[in-house]
Amino acid sequence: MRKVAIYGKGGIGKSTTTQNTVAGLVEMGKKVMVVGCDPKADSTRLLLGGLAQRSVLDTLREEGEDVELADIRSKGFCSSLCVESGGPEPGVGCAGRGIITSINMLEQLGAYDEDEKLDYVFYDVLGDVVCGGFAMPIREGKAEEIYIVCSGEMMAMYAANNICKGIQKYAETGVVRLGGLICNSRKVDNERQMIEKFAEKLGTQMIHFVPRENDVQRAEIQRKTVIEWNPKCAQADEYRTLARAIDQNKLFVKPKPLSIQELENLLMEYGLLGA
Amino acid sequence: MSELSEKPEEGYDCEGFPIPSAPLPDAATVRAEMLSVYPAKTKKKREKQLLTNDPGTPPEIAANTRTIPGIITQRGCTYAGCRGVVIGPIHDILHITHGPIGCSYYSWATRRNLARVKPGQPVNYLQYSMTTDMMEEEIIFGGEKKLAAAIREAYRIFKPKAIAVYATCPVGLIGDDIHSVCRKAKEELGINIFGFSCEGYKGVSQSAGHHIANNGVFKHMVGLLDEPDKAKFRINVLGEYNIGGDAWEIDQLLQKCGIHVTATLSGDISYEQICKCHTSDLNVVMCHRSINYMAEMMETKFGIPWVKVNFIGAEQTAKSLRKIAKFFGDKQLIDRTEEVIAQEMAALRPVIEDVKSRLKGKTAAMFVGGSRAHHYQHLFKDVGMLTVAAGYEFAHRDDYEGRVVLPTIKIDADSRNIEEIEVEADPKRYNPRKTPEQIEALKAGGFSFKDYDGMMVEMKKHVLVIDDISHHEMEKLIETYKPDIIGSGIKDKFVIEKFGVPCKQLHSYDYGGPYAAFTGAANFYKEIDRMIGSKVWKMVTPPWKKSTQETFGVGIESEGNKAIREIVAGMAKAWKPKAKAATSDEG
Repeated sequence: MRKVAIYGKGGIGKSTTTQNTVAGLVEMGKKVMVVGCDPKADSTRLLLGGLAQRSVLDTLREEGEDVELADIRSKGFCSSLCVESGGPEPGVGCAGRGIITSINMLEQLGAYDEDEKLDYVFYDVLGDVVCGGFAMPIREGKAEEIYIVCSGEMMAMYAANNICKGIQKYAETGVVRLGGLICNSRKVDNERQMIEKFAEKLGTQMIHFVPRENDVQRAEIQRKTVIEWNPKCAQADEYRTLARAIDQNKLFVKPKPLSIQELENLLMEYGLLGA
Repeated sequence: MSELSEKPEEGYDCEGFPIPSAPLPDAATVRAEMLSVYPAKTKKKREKQLLTNDPGTPPEIAANTRTIPGIITQRGCTYAGCRGVVIGPIHDILHITHGPIGCSYYSWATRRNLARVKPGQPVNYLQYSMTTDMMEEEIIFGGEKKLAAAIREAYRIFKPKAIAVYATCPVGLIGDDIHSVCRKAKEELGINIFGFSCEGYKGVSQSAGHHIANNGVFKHMVGLLDEPDKAKFRINVLGEYNIGGDAWEIDQLLQKCGIHVTATLSGDISYEQICKCHTSDLNVVMCHRSINYMAEMMETKFGIPWVKVNFIGAEQTAKSLRKIAKFFGDKQLIDRTEEVIAQEMAALRPVIEDVKSRLKGKTAAMFVGGSRAHHYQHLFKDVGMLTVAAGYEFAHRDDYEGRVVLPTIKIDADSRNIEEIEVEADPKRYNPRKTPEQIEALKAGGFSFKDYDGMMVEMKKHVLVIDDISHHEMEKLIETYKPDIIGSGIKDKFVIEKFGVPCKQLHSYDYGGPYAAFTGAANFYKEIDRMIGSKVWKMVTPPWKKSTQETFGVGIESEGNKAIREIVAGMAKAWKPKAKAATSDEG
């Protein structure tokens, strides 16, 4: 079983990219579980055709100790398995602690057991690595490979670089490695070249360049992944390519985060190329 | 020593300090020895907290600073200072700790702040410990709802006059807004409910908790009841927590003189007493450290002056009584006070003489509190014992060097964390108890207000003053000074006793007390006499002096440890080739 976590700046398209990629993998016949690590519990909406009925933490709260795997895990598109960690409403409690609890709960319930015959588990993690709780999937080997969704925008690259710092910290002592950057294009000047260069400097690769395409939004409105909504459209093939690239990926590294100066030089160099 | 005998006494030097029967080591040498083992950075810090005294011009001491990691400290946390010390003793309100079970459990009746049921005050909740018992679920989803439910439940059962809520560390981390929960509950239930943001991690010691508690008591209770007690000479005793019944002794003594105590903050005190304490005419401060904030705020808002007193030690008690009588300036009161002092001293003198015959020339050291390490020196002095080293656990510079240094105390980041409340004169109720002329007349007669000169000026030259003492320093002190008794707390009590030195806990008094006022002083002299006279601790062989055969798990050559070492060595041998094989596979 490969354990994958998707990180990236808030709003960059982690959940959309994760679910569309997972759709590509399950279409290939892989057995995949998606664990949404976001208190909003909206990481599996496209695979499930709507929001998950109950999150792990809600169930834990209502049922107490007596929780069954079936209570918290739902089948989505092409038999993908969907779990939402859930968490407190905005402004109260501790969402990070919630993620820790919910991943431990899943382990206890045997969601990762061999007889589940999972090929992949995907963790879709909220925003930046803001505190220990959100780093949970990369600690203690819960996730072994990380993909960072980014774009050519400064703040997205800045966040990606920060996440690399988190990975580097845990890579020293554990098994976690960076698998690559997924560029979710924002149509920034020289975006592809810049992210390729950025990836190279981090010691990794740009595993795929996902072009900006309104079909993604159209599918989202229908609560579907692109592959389910219109298997024949060009964007569906993009996600299939990304899924295949991840499936065949052999390049797993301890990232080398850039200094702020290096990062700004990079932006300067590529951002001004066409100007 | 005027109170103790009519003529200067043998066994005391010309400055009135007891003369130890054995010569003392050189303090500067001991200090250097204590510091010598520290790494440079630690040494630099401890140098400023470990001084040889000069009562003429007290040297600047570093106090109320962070404890250095690795130094075993006596200090407590902010929650302990707030809930445990200052507000906990209010016996007819409910105290709810918002946090995991341990914070509440370990603050359950651990301080010996006593209270008794009195006519008109039929309830005493001090035996109860209440908590929201936060669990993982509340940490994740927030604990505000559980807190609101706990308040309702507690109200339903007890129907108290007021409820105080205390925040513990996780509450601060997850950001539960206890104050808005309290406000809503106050509206819903119609009783006074208030919260304290006294998370344990705030500040460098429990001292921060005292300050937070003072602010809360002042904001939420003081001034709610404008009904002065019907007595002529009304005072509040601030910073007296009725450990072992101290406040009762003081109360009784003051009553004999004709002085009425409106409220003792906070020892055996009711909610009503706190609410009306602003109607009193004088605040006398026992523990300056824990409650000077309250004294200052009450003076600013209500015009009540404050003076420092000390009811620990016979001479000090007499001095304090005279000071209070002088403040009121009533001839009858002054005469009655003198009568009481004479009576009490007559009863006490034989006890002092008896105890002194055995304790004269012995020595003591004290590391405790924010005023106790100072006050108790007087009790020892009464029976001819010199305090050879002393220090506080959580005091600030002013408690060592006196209030003169207040303007020069630097506010650091840790203190900035604690709210300073802005207080103004109450437009209706501000009432200076003395006219400026009366104040000037009192001052001309040698009377001083807001007068705390600190511990150092009352200690002998060249004795050691050690702030936030470490176990290493304590051990060195015992080794070099060989004090006959040490006053300390629970964290070092048993270490000290294993050195063969008796240790008196001066937070909780062990199981003893009261030690305040004249009657309490007699208890203390007898207790110290008993402890020093007893040879029990000298009969103990500490584990490190026992032969290794006798000890289990201690001593590197003990049989048990040898066996463990062999097992570990065997395991390491078995494990090594495997580790090598793994490397060669990779290669």
